[in-house]
Amino acid sequence: MQRVAELLLLLIVLTNFAVLGTARLGTCIRAIAVQGLLLGMLPLALHPAWSVHTIGLATGTIVIKAVLLPRFLAWAIREAAVRREVEPRIGYVASLLLGAVAVAVGFATAQALPLPDAAGSLLVAVALATVIVGFLVLTTRIKALTQVVGYLMLENGIYVFGLTQSERVPFMVELGVLLDIFVGVFIMGIVVFHINREFDTLGDGKSMDLAGR
Amino acid sequence: MILLALILLPALGALGAYAHRAAAYRTVWLVTTATLHLGLAATCWISRPASAFNDWVGLDALGLVMLSLVSVLFFVLATYTVGYLRTENPRGGRAFVSCLLAFLASASLVAVSQHAGLLWVGMESTTLAVAPLIFHKHDRRSLEAVWKYLVISSVGIALALLGTFFLATAQSSGSGTGRPLVLNDLMTNAHRLDADWLKAAFIFLLVGFGTKMGLAPMHTWKPDTYGEAPSPVAALMASALTACAFLGVARVTQVAFAAGIGGFARPLLVGFGLLSLGVAAAFVVSQRDVKRLLAYSSVEHMGLVALGLGLGGVASYGTVLHVVTTGLANALLFLAVGNVVVALGTSTHSEVRGLLTSLPISGGLLLLGLFAVTGSPPFGPFLSTFTILSAATEGHPWITAIAVLLLAIVFAGMARMVLEMVYGEVGPSRRKPRESLWLVGGPLGLAAAVLALGLYLPGALRQALGEAAVLLGGRTP
Repeated sequence: MQRVAELLLLLIVLTNFAVLGTARLGTCIRAIAVQGLLLGMLPLALHPAWSVHTIGLATGTIVIKAVLLPRFLAWAIREAAVRREVEPRIGYVASLLLGAVAVAVGFATAQALPLPDAAGSLLVAVALATVIVGFLVLTTRIKALTQVVGYLMLENGIYVFGLTQSERVPFMVELGVLLDIFVGVFIMGIVVFHINREFDTLGDGKSMDLAGR
Repeated sequence: MILLALILLPALGALGAYAHRAAAYRTVWLVTTATLHLGLAATCWISRPASAFNDWVGLDALGLVMLSLVSVLFFVLATYTVGYLRTENPRGGRAFVSCLLAFLASASLVAVSQHAGLLWVGMESTTLAVAPLIFHKHDRRSLEAVWKYLVISSVGIALALLGTFFLATAQSSGSGTGRPLVLNDLMTNAHRLDADWLKAAFIFLLVGFGTKMGLAPMHTWKPDTYGEAPSPVAALMASALTACAFLGVARVTQVAFAAGIGGFARPLLVGFGLLSLGVAAAFVVSQRDVKRLLAYSSVEHMGLVALGLGLGGVASYGTVLHVVTTGLANALLFLAVGNVVVALGTSTHSEVRGLLTSLPISGGLLLLGLFAVTGSPPFGPFLSTFTILSAATEGHPWITAIAVLLLAIVFAGMARMVLEMVYGEVGPSRRKPRESLWLVGGPLGLAAAVLALGLYLPGALRQALGEAAVLLGGRTP
């Protein structure tokens, strides 16, 4: 199972790069959905004695992170009629390079901060790399929806780290997943619903800009 | 049981208020709940409730002071909201009162939680409870303000969650560290925590909760949000919400100091504090809207608070007192400005003149609030600022020098704007302003409290502040 977990973690890193390298929002959403699915499978691989808790966490994560939130995002881009990211503050190639740096930083930090059980060091590295990449997307992309994707990645990274503690500290990881929904719904509700409505009634042609920054 | 009631009462109130269609009934729910909550909080001063639920909730001196502050502020705001809802019709309609009460429930949870995870949950719900209240005007700026608030504070919350996980890791890396994330066990076994993970946890929790406090450079949401939110909501955010966020930072600091990584934590706190003071001084001068001005003043105070936490000693005492006194003073100012907005429809500096003539009570309160919030004697904030800075003088006179200089700049910037608004020529009045008792009663009470705290600290409060200071590794002056 350890090998499966490692494979899943590497695939998660790949999905990070998929988000970093694309201008198409559709691809971003598919990547985040795949990442959600991988995250859902991760607890099953990490804790081979499948307890009710583990299975519940896996199911909940897959339902929320791989199905509900991506659907919601897809609905949001349809409503707002945005397809592509406008020119981001940092170009795609540079973003990919920074993503590689993030992975390096993740591994370096994981070396410096060892977990009590040695198995966790890849977990820590991937978690931190995903957090950094999420932060990068959140701060450098212009479209509100891409920023939401960035935020979800940030949360995904935290979720991966949380899995190291999920046995000792129950419910914290689950609460983190709930936070996704709250924030996702709030932000998306505001963005899609209000921005479109307010600016359509104002006749502002820039309604696609989604709050600009 | 009282602890549970403190949380459940406002939560039930929120549901009850939502069930009513008529606004009048909702305000009855609001005021009744606030009054009962205040009563419950008062009983905690008589006999401190014991810890419950496996030590997950409890009320130490620090929590008690913050709980009482939140309860008093909320009571004042509830009465103010009665008057406010008669003249203004904020967005959210039915949800407005319910969101306010939900905030009270989550703020109480923050105050009584003795478990880092529970604390995080409470903090998260305070953010989410006020989020729907900010979107007030139908325009682009307001929308951007909400967007900024949600994104920045959500990131803050996420980082705090990561920090909480780090804290759990610091605990599991050591041996015999007790129940996970229970504050009591963290404190008693603090020296057994893994120092490296604890340092990481400290940084992330400080940045995460510091974002909610509005420490520079994570303060950027503050001016926009305070500027756009309806005045009672802005008042609540500037006083009770920052008090909750402070409590979050204080809890981490508490554990960090107990674990003996003070040498790592103190410079960080002092650095964030001085940076916040600097940012406030730099931006306060160029503001055009008085609510945005007050936001920078709040950044300044949070800076002082972080500075005081970092300095320790007598400053810890001053810090807790400072959160109380400036919480009251900030709420006072926002409510006074709220009255100006209700009467004149604007809080832009250039459009408001001669308030002492047109709105004598609110204008007077604004003037009084100005002196209180900038730390002039004889008001409460003077006492707390003085305590913090006197502690700095003992070890690091340069900190005192910088802080005093920056405070003077903030004072000058604020005084210039507020004095012009309060005095000056009255413009042609658009409508006849009227100051209802609901709208001035609360602020008058706050003004009295701010003044009273500057002149005399009741024995019970002094004792609680002393205990809180000891928790934060400091002492009573």
